[in-house]
Amino acid sequence: MNTFADTWAWVTDPANWRGEEGLWHLMLQQLLLTFTALGIALAIGLPIALWLGHLGRGGFLAINISNVGRAVPTFAVLALLVMWEPVGNDNLGPYGRAGLATLLALAVFGLPPIVTNAYVAVDEVAPDVREAADGMGMTSWQKFGRVELPLAAPLLFAGVRLALVQIWATATIAALVAGPGLGNVITRGFANDDYPQGLGGAVVVAAVALVLEVVSAIVQRALGTSRPDTRGGKPRDTEGGQDARTTDGGFGPAGGDVAGHGVVRGG
Amino acid sequence: MFGNVHAVTLLAGASAVIEPGAAPRPSCYSRIVNEWVCKDYFVDRQDELVAATKEHLLITVSAVLLGLVLAIPLALLARRFARLEPALLGVATGLYTIPSLALFPLIVPFTGLSRTTVVVGLALYSLTILVRNTLEGLRGVPPDVVESATGLGYSRTRLFLRIELPLALPVIMAGLRIATVSTVALTTVGAVVAYGGLGNLLKNGVQEDFRAQVLAASVLCVLIAIVLDLMLLAVQRLMTPWARSARAAA
Repeated sequence: MNTFADTWAWVTDPANWRGEEGLWHLMLQQLLLTFTALGIALAIGLPIALWLGHLGRGGFLAINISNVGRAVPTFAVLALLVMWEPVGNDNLGPYGRAGLATLLALAVFGLPPIVTNAYVAVDEVAPDVREAADGMGMTSWQKFGRVELPLAAPLLFAGVRLALVQIWATATIAALVAGPGLGNVITRGFANDDYPQGLGGAVVVAAVALVLEVVSAIVQRALGTSRPDTRGGKPRDTEGGQDARTTDGGFGPAGGDVAGHGVVRGG
Repeated sequence: MFGNVHAVTLLAGASAVIEPGAAPRPSCYSRIVNEWVCKDYFVDRQDELVAATKEHLLITVSAVLLGLVLAIPLALLARRFARLEPALLGVATGLYTIPSLALFPLIVPFTGLSRTTVVVGLALYSLTILVRNTLEGLRGVPPDVVESATGLGYSRTRLFLRIELPLALPVIMAGLRIATVSTVALTTVGAVVAYGGLGNLLKNGVQEDFRAQVLAASVLCVLIAIVLDLMLLAVQRLMTPWARSARAAA
């Protein structure tokens, strides 16, 4: 199809990568937005979720935040934030126009996978392992730091990766409220009936999403926090328990997303 | 087209300020007042809101149905040919990493700027969840149940329709609910190709600084998601009466 040849020509034209509105600038801006928003979500969500998981309490909240998060469109959150005066759409340094609203909306969007995975990861550490830790005379902190956290690491990290890729992908929506990032290339292209540009922007965003996914998988492997079941010899406890919850008649937890990564990773 | 209406209310508001009491008070959604919650807005723009809600529902329901129609055969295929499974799940997950704002434009060359573009895009997303849950559900059918049915002389089709599918239903329905709720939210992004249901109102509302419209569209989105989720839950309860009696017995 001719459109695809034109799109390729647009993406490979160095002129489109240069300048304020160029691909490099917007890509860096969106990466900055993504990692800052991920940082905010981690700083808020991780301590709470880990602590609740350690206590084994507040599961209802930790699980249902994912269901609520799914039902609330990020576009709507972004639109409301931009129009709400305390946030508004002012420039925020390198984050660009409506930077604060975008960061907040993305951080809110990133919270559910982080909170749910971190909670489930710690909560599902086998009771006999905890008992053994107690029996060895570990304090609550020691048990958390030396037993629960290492065992929870794979699932926890899967949640962070999921949040990273989803935040990156969702950041493009900022363009719908005239915000920062690569989404502008797409909306600008379609607004001007410039299909190669609109498609080119889409291709670049999708390519970076895949790169982030692959790089984060490599980082996880390097840190040695891949799922235990991929290394063999270890029980598949976490996955079994998690699936049981996913299929629970009431509200399914993040299950879909979380289990998906597990399934793909396992295969 | 909203611009004109908004401008008219703006003028009406302006005259009201100059001659208090003489002219009607400015509407609470006029540009000067611009309240978040405004009863007049719901009265005056009822048609527009209803039309956008219908469009939103139409897109969501068609997308999820299309996803379901594709997911079940794909899951069966993946079950039959075990080698296909990692590839299929890989592709499905890969699709999910494509941003929605990017996916719709990628489909445009095939289907144009139409509702179909949004429906196909959203169906592809729902596929990820639906294929996985269908596989998971079928895998959860106890092997001895399948064995008994085979022993009773059930044919393959009958085994699937009468035994496996009903037993897998809770898991499939859980996936359907997740897919539906996500699709309701994602439909708003269809605004990028002008078919976003309530998303169109969000986009216009932001452009025109129209608070009542943005809040109303946001709340309606969440309401649609909740209502559809509860409806699916009710359907699931009706279709799996044995699950309820088991729960009651437990």
